Amino acid sequence: MLFNEPSPLETRVLTRNFGLPNSASIETYLGTEGYQAFLKAAKMKPEEIIAEVKTSNLRGRGGAGFPTGMKWGFVPRTSPKPKYIVVNGDESEPGTCKDRVLIENDPHQLIEGVLIAGLSVDAHSGYIYIRGEYRYLIEVMEKAIAEAYEKGWLGKNIQGTGFDFDLYAHTGAGAYECGEESALLESLEGKRGVPRIRPPFPAVAGAFQCPTILNNVETFCAVPAILRDGGAAFAALGIPKSGGTKMTCLTGHVNKPGVYELRLGFPVKQMIEEVGGGIRNGKKLKAFVPGGSSCPVLTASEVEGATMDYDSMASRKTMLGSGGVIIMDEDTCMVKAAVRIMRFYAHESCGWCIPCREGTTWLKKILMRFHEGQGTRTDINLIGDIAKNMLGRTFCPLGDAAAMPTISIVEKFRQEFEDHLDGKPCPYEHTGSMVTV
Amino acid sequence: MTFSAQLEARFEKLLNSYPPGRQRSAMVPMLLYAQDEIGQITDELVNEVATRIGCTPLQVNEVLSYYSMLHTKPLGKYHVQVCTNISCLLHDGDKLYEHACRKLGIGHKEVTADGQFSIEEVECMGACSWAPAIQVNYDFHHYVTPEKLDQLLDGLRKKQ
Repeated sequence: MLFNEPSPLETRVLTRNFGLPNSASIETYLGTEGYQAFLKAAKMKPEEIIAEVKTSNLRGRGGAGFPTGMKWGFVPRTSPKPKYIVVNGDESEPGTCKDRVLIENDPHQLIEGVLIAGLSVDAHSGYIYIRGEYRYLIEVMEKAIAEAYEKGWLGKNIQGTGFDFDLYAHTGAGAYECGEESALLESLEGKRGVPRIRPPFPAVAGAFQCPTILNNVETFCAVPAILRDGGAAFAALGIPKSGGTKMTCLTGHVNKPGVYELRLGFPVKQMIEEVGGGIRNGKKLKAFVPGGSSCPVLTASEVEGATMDYDSMASRKTMLGSGGVIIMDEDTCMVKAAVRIMRFYAHESCGWCIPCREGTTWLKKILMRFHEGQGTRTDINLIGDIAKNMLGRTFCPLGDAAAMPTISIVEKFRQEFEDHLDGKPCPYEHTGSMVTV
Repeated sequence: MTFSAQLEARFEKLLNSYPPGRQRSAMVPMLLYAQDEIGQITDELVNEVATRIGCTPLQVNEVLSYYSMLHTKPLGKYHVQVCTNISCLLHDGDKLYEHACRKLGIGHKEVTADGQFSIEEVECMGACSWAPAIQVNYDFHHYVTPEKLDQLLDGLRKKQ
């Protein structure tokens, strides 16, 4: 089911089967060249598969943007240990809701991507970790897995290729931190989702301390197209160093919020105006978050000339992230936005690293104080100071994820903090109040 | 403890889904699926799961306190979860949450006296492009307005 109308400006590669009748069924998938990429890959050498993925310039779609082919190349294929494929479907970065539609509308594309990854590193089992809130997707995935076993696309000697693969769906139970790869692996092992110290990286010691490929749902979903049409063709959809398309979630103050598949390098202004139908109620853009709430925010002037790709965002000192675009109009209180973002990270901090546990809690308190009109002038600098002291001082990126948007909001929208001083009411109060802490 | 045949089948499948000696991996899914059936995580359930996966009740308790969807207290028959995270906030998710609290006369993580409804202000649930969103138990509801919420809750109340 699609929750929003598609846009004619989309480049439909991962979403090519969306909207077909029973798009989640194996019959529909097989009717559109489904599993042919796996058969092609099964005739290739593992290093050739990895080379194809490298050629595609596919980068991790979960947020970090690490080159996928390189990541796969780190797995010691000849290790005597079993190798695993783990799919990160914990999707919980605020602003992000793309893996959900990928699984719901085309689960076999994901299975095929996992199989191809399995071929490339000689792995024979895999786990799809899906966040607990997406219970219906566990059912969708289990149904697809059962169909694939029944039709011989999973299990022993798949389609006579001699390749065996078993796949399981695993539910989470509510924890943002489990979207971080090493915390996800801990969670998969039946433990608290606390990050691991790296090295060793999951490629060498991942699931059950064995070599593991761990990628986001969308990353695996791109792999069948790469094998089917060739890495070069996939790369050509995007721009140099950022191959292919990105599932982009438009959220916030646009007329047509929704999930859209856009080629990498898509101009931000065109995305907002034409794909998203412009800012709601004819308002002006105040702030733009490219890929989930952990990204530094951009101002309207910084968005000029920007394109949706890794390098364009990096040059503006932010990140493409997960594709969770958050658009805020001129009536948005940036102090309130900062409070809400920090409340989230304080809630989700696993508590292991002190700079994150204490930093998020204190920042939440100070920001709340501001929003209630109790802030002091020195607090403005204190916010930036605390946040900067969290950067790079934690085992996983959650500390950075909390600090980065906060620093950017304080630096770029300092005037709004000043406007909340001396007991003055929030100038945007008509937009609502913060009800709980 | 005895569970439904479906839940036993799920447990059986889970215990065979992980490498030998790694049955502990089944812990969180088992707890969540069992909670769906019996309503909450009880001490008895903790002991049962610990026995089945071969670890101590302490190890299960340590894990269950980490996950926000695992509850040691009973929820309402209909657990209303309202997202107020940033993308929903921009579509007045906070006002929707306040409305739901007023409507049901309860607050965060409280249950109505008749045990029918509970409310939780939740973090991002992955419905950001269709905000504001809520979940009632596992069912998503998108583009929710106060009026739609009233209709939904009134409908559920009649269904009792």
